[in-house]
This record gives sequence, C-alpha cells and structure tokens, in this order.
Amino acid sequence: MNRKNKEVFIKYLFLLFALVSIIVLGLIVFSLFREGMPLFATVPFRDFLFGLEWYPTYDPPSFGIFPLIVGSLIVTAIATLISVPLGVLAAVYISEIAPQRVKGILKSVIELLAGLPSVVLGFFGMVIVAPWLQETFDLPTGLNIINASVILAIMAIPTISSISEDALYAVPREFKEASYALGATKFETIAKVIVPAALSGISTAIMLGMARAIGETMVVLMVAGGAAAIPESLFDSVRPMPASIAAEMGETPYRSAHYQALFATGIVLFVLTLAFNLIADYVSHKFKQTGSATL
Amino acid sequence: MNTNGMAGARLMRWRYLKQTIFFTLVRASALLIVLALGGILFHIFYHGLSAINWEFITRPPTHSMTKGGILPAILGTIYLTVGAVAVGLPLGIASAIYLTEYAKQGRVIRLIKVGINCLAGVPSVVFGLFGLGFFVIFLGFGSSILSGSLTLGFLILPTIIGAAEEALKSVPQTFREASLSLGVSKWQTIYRIVLPNALPGILTGSILGIGRAAGETAPIMFTAAAYFTAKLPGSVFDEVMALPYHIYVLATAGTNIEATRPIQFGTVLVLVAVVLGIDLVAIVIRGYMRRNKRW
Repeated sequence: MNRKNKEVFIKYLFLLFALVSIIVLGLIVFSLFREGMPLFATVPFRDFLFGLEWYPTYDPPSFGIFPLIVGSLIVTAIATLISVPLGVLAAVYISEIAPQRVKGILKSVIELLAGLPSVVLGFFGMVIVAPWLQETFDLPTGLNIINASVILAIMAIPTISSISEDALYAVPREFKEASYALGATKFETIAKVIVPAALSGISTAIMLGMARAIGETMVVLMVAGGAAAIPESLFDSVRPMPASIAAEMGETPYRSAHYQALFATGIVLFVLTLAFNLIADYVSHKFKQTGSATL
Repeated sequence: MNTNGMAGARLMRWRYLKQTIFFTLVRASALLIVLALGGILFHIFYHGLSAINWEFITRPPTHSMTKGGILPAILGTIYLTVGAVAVGLPLGIASAIYLTEYAKQGRVIRLIKVGINCLAGVPSVVFGLFGLGFFVIFLGFGSSILSGSLTLGFLILPTIIGAAEEALKSVPQTFREASLSLGVSKWQTIYRIVLPNALPGILTGSILGIGRAAGETAPIMFTAAAYFTAKLPGSVFDEVMALPYHIYVLATAGTNIEATRPIQFGTVLVLVAVVLGIDLVAIVIRGYMRRNKRW
C-alpha cells in the first residue's frame, strides 16, 4: 500500500469509528423493536398507549401505559417549573454578576451536583426527604409526585445552568457596552439585551434538562411511590415509565407479554426523549447565535 | 422643570430598586443550589461515616447482607468502570479525531453530531433495555461484566467524544501546519503531534464520563448486576455486585431495610467518595492545566 492509499484508508477507518454513535443508536432501536413489537400482535397499539389500566401480572393482564405516561409527564413538568428559574438565574449570576472567586466555586458546585449518581439522589429522597414530607404535611406517604419532582429538579439544574451559562457567555461584549452606553442599568441590560440574545441557547438548555428529567430512572423508581394510577393531587404516588421498566423487568419471565410490554414502554420513552433532543438540536441550529448578527 | 426632576429621580430609584430585587433573587438561586449540594453531602457524611471502617471495605456481606462489608460491590464497580472505559475511550477518541481532523463541514458531520446528541439523550433505563436485548440475549453474553461494560461504555461514549473534540480543537493549528510542511503525512501528524498534545485534556474531560459510569444503576440492573454473589468474579462472563445496585437493593428489597440503614448510608458514602473523588481530580487537574497552558 503506498502512502496515499494508506492515508485514504486511515481516513475511512476513522469515519467508521465516528459512525459508531449512529450505529449504536440503530442497535438500540433494533433491540427495542425486536423485543417489544411482538406485544402488538396481541395488544392493539391504541389500548397500549391510551389504556388506563396497568395490571401486567393479573389474569387476564392489562397493559395500558397511559397512567405511566401521565406520571412521567407530571413529574417532568413540575421538575421543570422548579429547575428552570433556579438554573437560568444561577447561570445569569455566574456569567454576569458573580465575582471571579465565587464564580469558580459555584461552577464546581454545579459540576459536583451533576456528578452525584442518581441512585444517591434517589436514596436521599427516599430516606431523608420522604419521612420529613410525611411528618410535616401529615401524609400517608412521603414517596409522591412532589418529592420526586424536587429531586428530579436537582438533577436537571446542572444541565440547564451550564448550557445556559455557555449561551450567556457567548453574547458579544459590544451588546452590553452599547446597552450601558445608552444609560441602561445592569438589570435592564441583562433582562432586555443579554438574555434575549442568548434565548436560543437557554431554550436548548431547558429542552435538554427536561429530556434528562423524563428519562431519569433511579429517582422516580425510588421516590415516586409506584402507584400506576392517574394522580389526583401533588401528594399522590405515581409510577413514571422508567420506574415501571426498572422495577418489573427483573421479575418478569423472558419473552412473556409483560416482558414485551416493558420493552414497548421503552420504545415510547425512547421516542419521547428523542423528540426532545431533536427539538433542542433544531432550536440550537436554526437560531444559532452568530456574533453581532443575532439581533 | 422641578417636578420633572423629581419624577426623574423617582424613576431612577425605581429602576435601581428593580435591579436590587433581581440581584437578590439571582443570588438566592445560586445560594439554594449550593445549599442543596451541601445538604445532601452533609446527610450522607453525617450518617455514613460511622458505618465505615476497615472491615466494611475489605469484607464481603454476611448474614443475608445485614452485616459485614461491601468488598464484592466495590470490586464489581471497579471492573465495570474499567470495562466501560476500555470500550468508550478508544471509540470516543477515534470518533473525535475524525470529527476534528478529517471531516469537512457538511451533511455527514452534521448527521454524526445529531447522532451523538441523540445518543447522549437516551435514558439510562433504555440503555439497560438495549444491553439486555442486544448483548445479553442477541449476542448471548448473558448477564455479565462483559454485557455491563459494553452497555456502560456506549453510555459514556458521547461524553468522551465531547471531551476529546474539545481537547483536539485546543491544539493550535500551527502545530499541524509545521508538521505537514515538513512533509509528514496527515496520520503521522495526528499520531505524533496532535494526539500527544491533546491527551491530557482528553483524559481529564473523560474522567467526568468515567465517574458517570461508576455511578449508573439502571444500565447494569438487567445486564450485569447480581443481588448477591458469594465469590468474587473469575471471568468477564460472571455477574458482579456493584455499589449503585447494592444501594438500591438494600434500600428497597433487603431482608431488613430499617436495620441495614447504616450499611446503606455507608455504601452511599463509599460510592459518592469514589464518584466525586474521580470528578474532583478532573476539576483540579483541569484548573491546573488552564493556568499553566503552554500555548
């Protein structure tokens, strides 16, 4: 092999490695569908998605994952309501207001928070937060929507805050200087110039934070309580999709209808998070911050 | 004229009052995040430290896991993490080399990047299902260190690609030009010049992914983790105990959940120490490298 051919060969070899991520994505789809699709030979897709009863071990079983979907959406929504203001404001603080030293410390704190394993946060919610909630509000159980949402919010904050911070940081200096030159206060500059200019990045951050919350498993498995019913209050237990999969997969016989239903739930979860990620990707590319051309 | 002046002063005061309120909110958000991390760590250390002694980390569990240590779980986590790195690191570096050194901006690179982002967003429990459906069943590896390491390796792949890309990009273009102008081939330039200069950055960036592999639970639940194994694993086809799974099992399904609380807290503390220790090393080294940058 002469030198030119060798170089070309190496280039394509690396292309192959670069395609591994896409290949793995394909294999994920392949595995989920291979194990999950057979369910729909016996259970209609509509009944699966919109059925209100998840009784996988009854005779006859009932595989309706609507309560699980509702559980996932509700904890994600509340976690978003908590984590978005905290995460974005913390990002504003880090990038615009904090003195250099505090900035460094806060960035490390957020990075360590991101590094905490999910099972540790789930354990914290279960052993520390749940008993406290139960006593303070005199509830039948502390393992409920509000507890799971708060812990999920803690998990989503690092994602939201670090990506927002990058977006704020990328706003050109001239924008700020122009705003100050017009006599705007620092707050007015942040609220009317910097944040709007970074809005696409902040939206991406929020979408990715939500995707993280909706797919998070250990926290909802340990803290959400596990009741597969449509909740009526914030203190009710729910059984989000990841919790259902993780809790039941160990006990179900190989390739039973229940097993297939759990893989099918995995397909729904996968599609949902994929949608969030693709939207985030679209937003960040469509409204890309390109220096002074943004406004 | 005079009234105008007074109105103006009032307006100014109002504008600065808004700013003060906003700054207070922003600082409160940042403080709340610090307190969240502090509170979690405090509880873990406060309850966990008393459980930890030499026996605890060097002995296997005894009496149906209500007494004794967690040695098999510590070793299992080490095996799985090393395995995940052995899978994820070479693939991640190779992907990043293609993306930064070979690819031209265009459709292929855009497609690969979207793929990487989507892979990064796949929920951990879906990775678990993928590992079960593909490695455990389709390839027939069974529930084993091999299946678990492969699953975790692909889970951390996006993190490592991101870190490696960042590090490769930070190697100055002049290094490459100098080498190429001496008649050195592209591959040799990458291998001898770019990669050695980028390696410290790649490794520190990857450490964050490594910490994640050590702490994940859902991906190993169906692919590698054993509830209890009396003997230490002898081959890559053996099941292992692992710290995160051990915590989950003891906290939710142990023989005596309340009585084993100290062991649970102790295990949580060991896991947090391992994961945050790994992260902290990365953060410190990165800070040091930034201060002592040679170019």
